[in-house]
Amino acid sequence: MAISEVKTVTASGIPLLLDDIDTDRIIPARFLRCVSFDGLGEHAFEDDRLQDASHPFNQPQFQNAGILLAGRNFGCGSSREHAPQSLMRWGIKAIVAESFAEIFFGNCGSLGIPAVRASRADLEKLASLISADPSTQMTLDLQQMKLRAGKMEVSVSMPDSAREALVTGQWDYLGRLLSAADQISAHSAKVPYLNGFQSV
Amino acid sequence: MVKNTLMPDQRNLFNKVWDLHTVRDLPGGQTQLLIGLHLIHEVTSPQAFEILRDRGLKVAFPQRTVATVDHIVPTASQARPFQDSLAEQMMSAIEKNCRDFGVTLLDLKDKRQGIVHVVGPEQGLTQPGMTIVCGDSHTSTHGAFGSIAIGIGTSNVAEVLATQTMFLNRPKVRRVVVNGELAPGVYAKDVILFIIQKLGVQGGVGYAYEFAGSTFDAMSMEERMTVCNMSIEGGARCGYINPDEKTVEYLRGRPFAPKGAEFERAASWWLTLASGDDAVFDDEVVFTADEIEPTVTWGITPAQSVGISQPLPKVAEIAPDEQKLIREALEFMGLQEGQPIRGTKIDVAFIGSCTNSRISDLREAARIAEGHHVAPHVRAIVVPGSQLVRDQAMSEGLHTIFENAGFEWREAGCSMCLAMNPDKLKGREVCASSSNRNFKGRQGSPTGRTLLMSPAMVAAAAIEGVVTDIREFAAMA
Repeated sequence: MAISEVKTVTASGIPLLLDDIDTDRIIPARFLRCVSFDGLGEHAFEDDRLQDASHPFNQPQFQNAGILLAGRNFGCGSSREHAPQSLMRWGIKAIVAESFAEIFFGNCGSLGIPAVRASRADLEKLASLISADPSTQMTLDLQQMKLRAGKMEVSVSMPDSAREALVTGQWDYLGRLLSAADQISAHSAKVPYLNGFQSV
Repeated sequence: MVKNTLMPDQRNLFNKVWDLHTVRDLPGGQTQLLIGLHLIHEVTSPQAFEILRDRGLKVAFPQRTVATVDHIVPTASQARPFQDSLAEQMMSAIEKNCRDFGVTLLDLKDKRQGIVHVVGPEQGLTQPGMTIVCGDSHTSTHGAFGSIAIGIGTSNVAEVLATQTMFLNRPKVRRVVVNGELAPGVYAKDVILFIIQKLGVQGGVGYAYEFAGSTFDAMSMEERMTVCNMSIEGGARCGYINPDEKTVEYLRGRPFAPKGAEFERAASWWLTLASGDDAVFDDEVVFTADEIEPTVTWGITPAQSVGISQPLPKVAEIAPDEQKLIREALEFMGLQEGQPIRGTKIDVAFIGSCTNSRISDLREAARIAEGHHVAPHVRAIVVPGSQLVRDQAMSEGLHTIFENAGFEWREAGCSMCLAMNPDKLKGREVCASSSNRNFKGRQGSPTGRTLLMSPAMVAAAAIEGVVTDIREFAAMA
């Protein structure tokens, strides 16, 4: 897995300002019958898209979008990493939402997808802007923590640890965890249930 | 990041267990946390093992990793190869991965197989004071034992396989207190549905929930598992209950629990972990048991629920920024604002899932079903949470009660909770379900509709053919 710095994302946007969008809706469970994440992109929001021809993911003007605008508690429910994987493979490179569910947020971080928060009022203005002109290029700047679109500039936020990992290219956590192998081994000997409860 | 500046006896259980497992704190505010038990299943692990292969890594602590199969297994016939070739491929993958990496697999040939969150406690793998992860959001179930138990994604599964650690931000801890005795017909399921209704599906984001108070003290371990299981539906990645004598006695003699003198040392230590009288919390909410009645979801999130005697909300009475979601839910469910939920016709009844498929759930549902028959238009299935639960139920004759009442009696698995297997809703069917999620499409039909409730309420709905107040049903029976 290549490690790369994610400092800015520039792309057109796609608005989906609904609240409590769960990961079953992002990628229905039947598509989890797989041993790799390949091919999940085409099934993103499949059931919602089938029931709603006007779903943004069905609209031709948004097919090249890379920044998803979402509502409150985006990605709630199941821990399936298949959800951000399917969005990423559909073409989403960053998500701006009013708020995120915790496991989904962590999974985005693991994949190098910035998931940042913005106010509902700002999200509604941005959604209006890109609905009026879907070709509008947006830039998410993780160093300034700003999202710029046309003449608009809004503040965005995310926890420092997640932001640092992206901008320094350390979002591939496995290597950093492995670097503490000796400490892990030493620490495990101190945990009661790993030493026959001798240390209690 | 919440810095721990507390005196030792001011720490709640969560902080004690977190501190014990802290390998190192990173400058950015994250903790590299040692994981005591890693449970894996066939859906979220194959890609993680591929990451290990790609990087030439081993499983660091194979003896701290246990696998089972649950999500994709059919519950009608478990003969191999499965009819679904994709499911068969996933079974082969977990078999090969566990063989190659030296991980214990409780597969279909093993009597210990079942839903991962039923198996862990049943085998005594789940113990107080542990950090427990699994690539499944309902890992919060294991918090019932006073452990830190959280669901993780597949990249994290790879990290834990390779290092037995992961990076996490320490959450805040909210004590959710419920005091008092539950009325007849009100179950653990109703308690957690009520809590989620009050605190919202996002209310727990950034928090671990400590469930405390006399209502939880009085609960059996299985009831506590039902409560903790649905913490994640309230946004809290982790929920727990302090260990007590019930916890100790539940674990005594379980296959993976310590034995002899070691058990006694363990039990003494477990009891010291409980949050003491001086423990400090970041937030606290208090409810009383008499506020809670049998509770049913009517919408598309687990917080959209009402007490069985209550009408659905009216849109105009809801906060303006919630109204869009309420309208979406009413339209999807085909329900009207202000109508009662009682009397809503159902097509399917499902008793099962990691929330409510343990022996006490099946006993209670069987007690309701005995001497009655499922309504002619209802398809009803009972899916035990593990093969051992199934055997126990059959030794008590519960399967005969269910079958005589017109329920199908199935093999262990996740079944219709998430429909990654042949058990699915069709079209717009309405399902009375003892599971944990009423999301759009959750039970396998994109337009299928789910009403969450306790197993006893599902049994009563199956018999009456409509959503029924268990208290009235019991009085009539």
